[in-house]
Order: sequence, then structure tokens, then C-alpha cells
Amino acid sequence: MKNLFKLISILLIAVLVVAGCTPAAPKTEEPVAVDETLRIAIVTPSNISDLAFSQSISDAMKVLKSEMGDKLEYVYSENMFVVDDAAAAIRDYAQKGYDIVIAHGSQYGSSVQEIAPDFPETVFAWGTTVDTFGQPNIFAYEAASDQGGFVNGVMAGLLTETKVIGVVGPIETGDAKLYIDGFVAGVHSVDPSIDVRVTYIGSFSDVALASEAATTHLSAGADVLTGSAQMVIGAIGKAQEAGAYWFGTQADQTSFAPDTVVASQVYHWEVILREIIALRNEGVLGGQTFSANLKNGGQVISINQGLDLPQNVLDMANTTIQGIIDGTITVQ
Amino acid sequence: MISDLFTATVLIGIISSGIRLATPYLFASIGEMFGQRSGVLNLGVEGQMLLGAFTAYYIVLRTGNLFLAILGAIAVGALMGLAMGFVTIQLQATQGIAGIGFYLFGMGMSNLLFEKLIGVVENINGFPAVKIPLLGDIPVIGEIFFQQNLLVYLAFLLVPIAWFVLNKTTLGLKIRAVGENPAAADSLGVSVVRVRYFTVILGGILSSIAGASLSVALLNVFQQNMTAGQGFIAVALVYFGSWRPFGILAGALLFSMVNALQLWIQVLGIPIPSELAVMMPYILTILVLTLSLSKGKGPSALTKAFEREG
Amino acid sequence: MSESNKNSSRPTKFHISGIFDALMPIFATIAALLVGAILLLLLGANPITAYSALIEGAFGSFNAFAETLVKATPLLLVGLGTCIAYRASVTNIGGEGQMIIGALLSTWIGLSFTNLPGWLMILIAFLAGSLGGAIWGGLPGLLKAYFNVNEILSTVMMNAIAVQIMNYMLRGPMIDPEQAQAASQIPQTARLEVAYRLPRLVPTRLHIGLLIAVVLAVLVYILLWRTTLGYRIRAVGQNKDASKYGGVDVKKHIVIAMLLSGAFAGLAGMMQVYGVNYRMITDGSATGFTGNAGFNGIVAALFGQLHPILTIPASVLFGGLLVGANAMQRVVQVPSALITALNGLVVVFVVSSDYFRKRNQAKRVAFVESGQDTQPPGEAKKDLEEVTA
Repeated sequence: MKNLFKLISILLIAVLVVAGCTPAAPKTEEPVAVDETLRIAIVTPSNISDLAFSQSISDAMKVLKSEMGDKLEYVYSENMFVVDDAAAAIRDYAQKGYDIVIAHGSQYGSSVQEIAPDFPETVFAWGTTVDTFGQPNIFAYEAASDQGGFVNGVMAGLLTETKVIGVVGPIETGDAKLYIDGFVAGVHSVDPSIDVRVTYIGSFSDVALASEAATTHLSAGADVLTGSAQMVIGAIGKAQEAGAYWFGTQADQTSFAPDTVVASQVYHWEVILREIIALRNEGVLGGQTFSANLKNGGQVISINQGLDLPQNVLDMANTTIQGIIDGTITVQ
Repeated sequence: MISDLFTATVLIGIISSGIRLATPYLFASIGEMFGQRSGVLNLGVEGQMLLGAFTAYYIVLRTGNLFLAILGAIAVGALMGLAMGFVTIQLQATQGIAGIGFYLFGMGMSNLLFEKLIGVVENINGFPAVKIPLLGDIPVIGEIFFQQNLLVYLAFLLVPIAWFVLNKTTLGLKIRAVGENPAAADSLGVSVVRVRYFTVILGGILSSIAGASLSVALLNVFQQNMTAGQGFIAVALVYFGSWRPFGILAGALLFSMVNALQLWIQVLGIPIPSELAVMMPYILTILVLTLSLSKGKGPSALTKAFEREG
Repeated sequence: MSESNKNSSRPTKFHISGIFDALMPIFATIAALLVGAILLLLLGANPITAYSALIEGAFGSFNAFAETLVKATPLLLVGLGTCIAYRASVTNIGGEGQMIIGALLSTWIGLSFTNLPGWLMILIAFLAGSLGGAIWGGLPGLLKAYFNVNEILSTVMMNAIAVQIMNYMLRGPMIDPEQAQAASQIPQTARLEVAYRLPRLVPTRLHIGLLIAVVLAVLVYILLWRTTLGYRIRAVGQNKDASKYGGVDVKKHIVIAMLLSGAFAGLAGMMQVYGVNYRMITDGSATGFTGNAGFNGIVAALFGQLHPILTIPASVLFGGLLVGANAMQRVVQVPSALITALNGLVVVFVVSSDYFRKRNQAKRVAFVESGQDTQPPGEAKKDLEEVTA
């Protein structure tokens, strides 16, 4: 009986192979949409409601949609944390004739580099990075998270009374590290003697450990906290209980804890996406790099108006933002 | 800098963090222990925790009623346990794989429900800290042990209760008999099927409460995949504790306190890579178990489906 | 004992219900998808559109099928390791960590020596990948055999440790020199030399790793059923005490089974780098690199009833399901969480369907036993248990 089972399995495979080998209709011949509707596909590494990185691009698309209405159609594939699956999605969207394919994760670089040459008519946008691989149809975009981090750091440095500040990070790389490095620099620009203590919990999802990291910072004397990535919601709650201040990044976290969050660095990718769309209309399909920063409005410091902050903190924040915009302050 | 670790603040911090971090493990591991003692391995704890966490959080968000939230978590956990029982006891499916299936299902469903029913996370008012009269007033000790929320007390109370049930009651005797020698238990008139259903459903309920202890008591938020592998650690701790409630307590506290310690190591700026700090609890758990001399033998019929002869 | 002997001593009979049994996993998958259809309807998606997209995305075109096979390759390799370990009654759930360490070691060597001939480097990388996985699998084996440390505990813990090692290596010693200069410092290695990459079956992403895995499946079959070592591994899995009295070094064979099991997972990790991505990247989690193959491979092996040859079609079906489900998400735009839930349902349904297959088989065995068969009663039943252990 087992032999029969084997035989059938092998037959099954054979059938599948044959089915797989029948020539498929060449997909690239699909007529390019002549109507005015712009079709965009987004691939994101985590969930589009993660209150962090992936949500930021989804929010930007919502803004564009409200501006462009029927002239824009967009689809997404979220949770593509497996690079391999993301590559399949990017290729598939390009094949289906989407005009712009946004690969919203720095880990997708190799995939974009490999796929873009096969679809010269398609615009690929890859973030967050600065590398277009010299391809004429790849745009690269990044966020100057260190700028927002610097501004947050300046305010944190002015607000701390214990001169101890705690940072809760996920892993020690990428956007999180950029933000945290900027934040530390900002604090030290106010007072180099302030002790900024950084913990990385080694995970983007362990809310419980993020919460205990915050508690540990608070027990060690910190009265101002910040942190990056989606698991920090556990930490914000602890700051709230202890009456400490919190600085957010990647999304506006004010509504989550209105009496605790001082300011959040928020990305507005729509600023960059508008530029990319405009360039595409002019026939430029890639080769340029964009940065979402304080100057072009791709990055905004959203200060919690509900908090009664000292005037000098608000003034200093504005001065710093202005200084970064006109170049008199350089982060680092 | 290392000397900074040996202060009262750090010690108190480690113990109180350890107690909080250990709470979900205690619920989930004790539940898993009952299942395994009767012969059923459940690798789906993570999925049950996530569904329990979501259910309790959702109910509190909509009604504000903590009692209802726990009832909801119990109902969902019981359903998941019932399904796991049906598949592994009735249909005699390979337990480990069925568990992985329920893990994926629970993770996917909790994520899906969150996205569709809630979308954006909000703070909720969960179980408040309850100060136990007199004991709570003792300096230091009172603060660490007797000013926690209800579910924390319950988790630690569960340890002696589980020990009592397992070792001093007829039910416990039946559970152990079914796990050691189901055929003999069966010939003595013990219903193997019924006992296993009972333990697997109990396990589902306790895992679900473990999740709820995170979302409505310790953290008061829900996030997709928020258990971050704790369900698998909970299963591992059953082995660490050699299928005994107090052994599990020791394992849960060891793992959690080393986790708290590594956070302090980072906070105090002791110069080691953060990754090395993060892996400390995992390394130490293996190491301690390797060097420990009293390792029990597992239930003989663990993972073995039972079918009456003839 | 050996089932091939048994089969040759007994004429194979044709049973209609045998076909039914063989197709049981497929029926179960369909049943799970029917339940999934309810979820799809609730989400406002048309199940028919969705499932045609799933089948189209997995098997609908040459390229789709190639993607399915790319996905199936690590599942098959991890599955082969699972066959060996589980036959020895060792529950290795450390495939994720073993893949990571195998990939790290082979990538490190591939990036360190840039002037070797391609074939030589690939050969060395195969060995390095297997070695890395074997170390990460062998250690829990040693701990189990000589220190009575349960392997479920140690492999769960070692998965977590491997992730942290990967995160450290990719942001530290092994980081892409270009990224080390950049501000954002993406945690990834440099790309492998073009000569070091596994040849592809152009024009798809399918690489020769699949063929190697299939050959290895045959070798594992030979190992388990045609060699003394394999016989002993299975004997240890069946009955430790009896094996001990029979003169088999039980501890040694537990370690060997775990070493081999880890080596296959390590090889799977190596192939993900040398055959698919050409570099290692981390998003901080294990799945970001492994795509859950360390767990899904176990499932594939059990779908294949822990038989190395049957694990091949099981991996292809399961790989197709994963690839197709992603394609389905793109077409009907449902939250990706549905895919995970659906995946879980399929696993539960398929593993449950085994019950009906076993029942049918038992009926037939009973029929044979009561009939003309010369085989002593009990033997066939035992064999049945062995198959479905």
C-alpha cells in the first residue's frame, strides 16, 4: 500500500510539473493602462497598523488618496518580513503593470536591484536608503531620523531634572539607531553631563520586555524616556504611571498617553511620494534620492499642545528645528 | 561599573521585574504541565495566549468590565483547548504538529481580529495594583510582593494549588495515572479520554489567562504578536521544572529575573554587546538545567495517543 | 523489521481506498480552505477569486511553480532532518536556529575567501553550512544524551540565542563595509561573489539546491532503511531499553541523529544565502531570515509521514500553499494575518486527517491478517505504528 501511495505522490508531482510547464501567457504584454489612473503598490515589512514604520507609509498613501481621489489606486502587501516573499510580491506587482512599486523596507534592496532592470517602464521606490544602484528606474528615499531625534533630545535635555534619561530600542541598527544617536546628540548639546542610558531589548514585538526596560530606567532614576519601534507602547504606559515624560518617533503617539508624550517625530512620506509622482509624469523614472527631513516637511515634530510645557523648552525646540532647516545646526 | 549592580535598588528592581515577567509564564506553564502530565504535549500555547490577550483587551476596551474580560478569555481558552483536545485525543493527531497548527491559527486570528475590530491601539484601565493590608505596609518587601495586581497574586497562588491538586487529590492521581500508563488507568475504570480533555481544556484556559495577564493587567495594551515567543518559553519551562509546579516556579523566576538583570546591565552601561545581554536568560536556563542533578523523567505516555485494545 | 522486505514478501494489492488515503492530505487542505472561505466572505472577499489566485500563484505558470519549488527547498531540507531526528524519537524544534548558524558560518567563509574557484567555494560552503547546523543541533543532542536536558527546552532556547548571534554578527563583524559607512547601517552582509552563487535554472529563481535536496532525500531513505546506522537510529526511537539490551549505544545515536538533523537545517540556511538572497539580512527576528522554514519543514515532514521520499511532495504542496497564499493576498487585498490563520487551519486539518487514513489502513491490515497472509499478527500493526510514529 505504501508503494502505491508513493506512486501516486510521484504522479501528483509529475502532473504539477506538467501543469507548471505549460507556457503561461506572457504577462508583460498586458496593455499599459492608458487612462489617467495612477496605480501604486506598496510592500511593507510589518503591519500597516503598527503605529510605527509600516503605518507611516500607509498613512501617506491615505493622504495622497484623499488628494487624488479616483486618479489614484493603491494596493499593499504587509507583513512581508521574509525578504524572499517581499521579492515575489515586488516582482508580481511590477508584472501586473503597477506604475509605481514601493519597497518600504531597507532589507528589500537586493530584491529591488535585481527586479528593476526587468521592468524598465516601472518606477521602483526603495526606502529607507540612499542607494539607487545606478538604475534609471529606482528612486531611493530615507528619513533623517537623526534630525527629529536631535530635536527630541534637546527638549528632553531641558526637561530632565534628575539628569538621567532612558532609551528603549529594538535592535542596535537601522532607523532605530539613527534616531537614538540623534537623540543622544541632542541631549548632550544641552548638557553633556546628562546621563543617557540606552537599552536594546533584541526584539520588535516583545511589549512586556520593553515595559520592564522602561521600569528599569525609571528605577535607575530616569524622568524622561524615549524609544523606537512598535513594541514601545509597553514602555509609554510605564512612563505614564510614573509621571515621567515620553518622546515618540515614527508615529504621533500623543493620543496614546496625552499627559505623558511631549513630542513625536512623525514621517510624512507623501511629501516625497508627490515628488516621485511629479517626476514620473515628466518621464523621469528613477535615479534620484530623497530625504524626508525637517526642511522639506517630510518629517515633522508634532508637539503635544495639551501639555503645559515651559516656554523655554518650546522656544528651544523651535530654534533647533529652524537651525537644522537653515543649516546652522548640524546633527552630530 | 559592575559594582553598581550590587545595590539595594538593583536587587529590588530585579525581584519585582522578575515577578511581573514570570506571571504569564506561571499561568501558561502550569496549564501546559497538567496537559503533559496526562500525556498531551501542546505546542500551541503561544496562539492561545495571543487569542486570550486579544479577547480580554477587546472586552475591556468596549465595556470596561475586567470580570467579563477574564470570563471572555476563559471561554476562548476553553474553546481552543476543546479543539486541541478533539484533534489530539479524538482524532489522535500528532500532538506537536497539531500544536504548531493552533499556534499559527491563534496568531493569525488575533492579528486579524485586532486589525478589523480595533485597528489603533489605545490605553485601557486594566487590573489595578491591590495592596494587601498589613503585609503591603512592610517596607521594601511589601512593595515588591504585596502591591501587585490581582492576576499576579493568582499566578503565584496557582503554584501550591496545582501542587495540591496533582499530588493530594484523586483527580491528580488520575491525571498522573493517565500520563504514565493509560492502559492500566483505563482497566481501573479511569476514562483516559475524559481526563485528557479536562487537562487540555484547563491548559487552554490558563494559557488564555496568561495572555490576558499581559494585555489587561501588566501592560494594558494589545499589539500584534505581543507575546513574542513567550508561549514557547512556557513550554520549555515545564521541562525545566520537571513537570512539577514548584520546579516550574523556580524556572519561571530564574528566567525572568535574569531577563531583568540583563536590562539592568544595559541600563548601568556595563560594556557588553546588547545582544549578549539579551541572550543571557536563555543561556543561563540551559546551563542551570544542565548542571542540576535532579531532573525528573517525563510522563511515559507523553505524546502517545491512547486507543483501547481490541 | 524493514518495511521494504515486508512489502516484497507480500504482494501489493490495489485498493480504491488506497488512492483515497494518498489524497487525504489534499482533501484535508480543501476542507481547511472551505473553512477559510467563510473568513474570506466575512472580510468581503470573493473566495472563488481568492482561491483561483492561490492556485494560479502557486502552480499557474512556469515562474509561479519555480517560486513554489524555491520555497519548498528549505522545507524539504529541514524536513529531512526532521525525519532523522523524529525517527530517533528526538523532538528537534531548533530548525530555525540551526538554519541561522549554518547560514552565518557559510556566509562568513564565502565573504572571507574571495579568490577560490566557484565550485570549490560552493563545496566548502555546503560543508560549512552543514557544520554550523550540526553544531547547533548536536549541542542539544549532547545535552539530552549525557545530561538529560530535554531537547524541546534546549532547542527553543538555542533558537533565541542564534537570533541574537545573527543580529550581533550582521551589525558588527560581518556588516557590509558599505553599510558600515552609511548612517542607517542596515544590518546585512556584503553580497557573495557572482562565482559563488548556486547555479540557477534560468530564467527563474530556482537554483540547483532543489535537485541536491531531492538527491539527499533518497540518501536519507537509504541511510534510514538500508544501513546499520539507520537501523540503529530507528531502533533507538522505537524502544530505548530494548536497543540498549541489544547492544546499541543509545546516547551516541541520539547525538548522531541530532547532528544530522541540524546539518540538514544548516544546509537549508546556507542555500537561502547562496541560492536565493546572496547575502544575509536581519530584521531582528528569526523568521525574517528563515521565513519560518525551521517550523514549516517539521510540518512538511509529518505530512510526509516522516518518510524522506514522501516529504518531497509534501514540501512542494506546502511550499505551494505558502507562495499561493501570498499571491492571493495581493489579488484580493485581505490582511496578511488571514494567511497565517489559514496556514494554521491547513496544518490542523491535515494532521487530523491522518486519523481516517490510519483507520482505513488498519482495516486493510486486519483484512490481510485474517486472510492468507503469512505475516505474524502484530508485526503489520507494529509496522504501521512505525510509519506513523
